[in-house]
Amino acid sequence: MIATLEETPSMQRADSGNVVASLEGVSKNYGEIRALLNVNFSVCAGQVVALLGPNGAGKTTAVKLLLGLLQPNSGKTRVFGGDPTNPQNRMRTGAMLQVGRVPETLRVREHIDLFSSYYPKPMPLEDVLAAAGLKKLRDRKFGDLSGGQRQRTLFALAICGDPDLLFLDEPTVGLDVEARRALWEEIRRLVDHGKTVLLTTHYLEEADALADRVAVINQGKIIAEGTPAEIKAQNSGKRIRCVTALSVASLLRIPGVTDARQDREAVEIRAGEAEPVVRALLASDPSLSGLEITSAGLEDAFLALTQDSGENENHRN
Amino acid sequence: MSSATAVLSKTEIERWPSHTASIYLKEAKYEFLKNLRLRVYTASVISFPLMFYVLFGLVLNAKESIGNTHVPTYLIATYGTFGVMGASLFGTASGLASDRGLGWLQVKRASPMPPFAYFVAKVLVSMGFSAIVVFLLLVLGVSFGGVRMPLAETAKLIGTLVAGSIPFSAMGLALGYFTGPNSAPAAINLIYLPMSFCSGLWVPYMFLPKFVQQIALALPPYHLSQLALGTVGAGFHQSSAAHWEVLLAFTLICLGVARIGFQRDQGKLYG
Repeated sequence: MIATLEETPSMQRADSGNVVASLEGVSKNYGEIRALLNVNFSVCAGQVVALLGPNGAGKTTAVKLLLGLLQPNSGKTRVFGGDPTNPQNRMRTGAMLQVGRVPETLRVREHIDLFSSYYPKPMPLEDVLAAAGLKKLRDRKFGDLSGGQRQRTLFALAICGDPDLLFLDEPTVGLDVEARRALWEEIRRLVDHGKTVLLTTHYLEEADALADRVAVINQGKIIAEGTPAEIKAQNSGKRIRCVTALSVASLLRIPGVTDARQDREAVEIRAGEAEPVVRALLASDPSLSGLEITSAGLEDAFLALTQDSGENENHRN
Repeated sequence: MSSATAVLSKTEIERWPSHTASIYLKEAKYEFLKNLRLRVYTASVISFPLMFYVLFGLVLNAKESIGNTHVPTYLIATYGTFGVMGASLFGTASGLASDRGLGWLQVKRASPMPPFAYFVAKVLVSMGFSAIVVFLLLVLGVSFGGVRMPLAETAKLIGTLVAGSIPFSAMGLALGYFTGPNSAPAAINLIYLPMSFCSGLWVPYMFLPKFVQQIALALPPYHLSQLALGTVGAGFHQSSAAHWEVLLAFTLICLGVARIGFQRDQGKLYG
C-alpha cells in the first residue's frame, strides 16, 4: 500500500509526455455549419494546454467532443487511450462547461456534495470550497450567487472528484481580475499536483499566463500550435514605437519591417528583429525621439494569425 | 499511446454496487430538496388539488353522495389523481426541458453520474410528491369531511395513486425531450388541464357530457381515477386489470418516445 502511494507521483511524472486526450483528424458539422475541419490536436499529461480562438472558432465543440457529449462526423476522439464516453474515463475527468441555468434552489455545498458522490475518490468538501474560494458561500443557494461566484461553483464541480484531466471551457468569463488570478493560481496548483488541464479561452493573457502549449483555432481549424513564446516569436517579433519625420511609406521600405502605421503623434513599427531596424531608423532620421521597443504580446500574434486565416478563407471562396 | 494505455489499466477504477445505489439516493434527495424549495412547483402541484378539494369536497358538497359514495371520499380519489398527475408532469417535464435546453444536463452527462440516476431521481421524487398530495388530501378529508376508511383501504388508495405517478412521469420525460425550457410549462398545462377535465377529475365522470365520456375512455387519468375510486368502492364495472393494462401500455409508449429524445440528444448541440 505504502509502495503504491509512493509510486504515484513518479508514475505521474513518467506519464508526462503521454497523450491523454486527442482529436485525430476530427471534423464536426452542425447541419450546414462547419464547426471543425480535420483537426489534429492532443493534450499531454501534466500540461496546461490552451485552445485559443475568437467566439465561434470551434473551441467549445472541441471540448464537447473530448467529453463525449458530441460525436464527430469523421475522425477519432480519444481520452486516456479510449472512448471519451467510457465511464472509467469519466471518473478521471472533470469538466466546467458554459451553462445557461443551474438548479438555483440548491446550496453551493449541496451541489458539490452531489457531484463528489459520482467519483470514487472525491476531494474533501472543505478542500473543494477552499480551492474554489467558496468557503463563505457554502450555504448560499446557487440562485443567490453573483456571476463570478457561479463560475467558481462550476469550477468546484469540475475539480471535486479530484480528476486527473480537467476540461475548462472559458473558465474565467465573468470573473473580476482578482478572482481570475485566484483561479489561475488554483489551475497552476492542480498542474503542480500532476493534473492535466485543457482550457479554452479568448483571453490571450490567460493563455500566455497559464499554458505550456497553445493551439490557436479559428474557423474550425488549428492555425498555430506551440508554446506561447514560440507563437509570439513566429508571428510578431518586436514592436518599435517612435516619433519620426520619416513617412510610413519609407518606413515600410526598411528591410525587416513587416508593418508600420501612424499612431497619434508616433509611428508603430513591427519587425522580426528590432536591432537592424533601429539602426536604420537612427541613421536616416537624427531627430527621431521617444523610442520604445517591446516584445509583441500573444495578442499581436493572435490577431495576426486570425486575420491571416480569415483573409485566406476569403480568397479561397 | 500504448504506454499511456498500459499505465491506465493499472489505475482502473471500479465503482461498487453500493456506491452506485448511494448515488441514486443522493440524486433523488437533492432532486426532492430542489423541488421542495421551488415555490412555483410546490404551489401549483400541492396547493391546487388541496384548494379544489376544500372548495368542492368540504365547503360545497360535504353532505352529498355520488352513487353510494360520500363526496369527500369520492373526491379524494379524483383530486388525488389530479394531484398525482400534476406532481409527476411538472416534476419531470419542466425540469428536464430546462436542464436540457440550458446546458445543465450536459454538465451532468460529462460527469461520471450513472446516466439513469438523473431520470430515476425525477420519477422517485414525482412519486414522493404524489404521496404528499394524497396524504394531505386524506388528512383534510378525515379531519373536516368525515371521511372514514379502514387502514387497509387507505393504504391501497395511497399505493394505487403513488404507483399511478409512474405513467405520468414517463409522459413528463417524453414531453421534456420534445419541449423547450420556456414552452414546457405551457405545454404541460395544455395537456394536463383538459385531460383532467375530460377524465372526470373535476366533474365526476357520470355528470360529463356523453361525448366527453367517450373521450375519457382513451385518457390515462380516467383509468387511474377509476382504479383509485375502486379502492373506495366507487369504481366502474371494468376490471382493475384492464385499467392497469391501459396505464402500462401508455407508460411504455411514453418511455419509447422519451428514448427517441434521449438518443437524439446524444448527438445534438445546445447552446
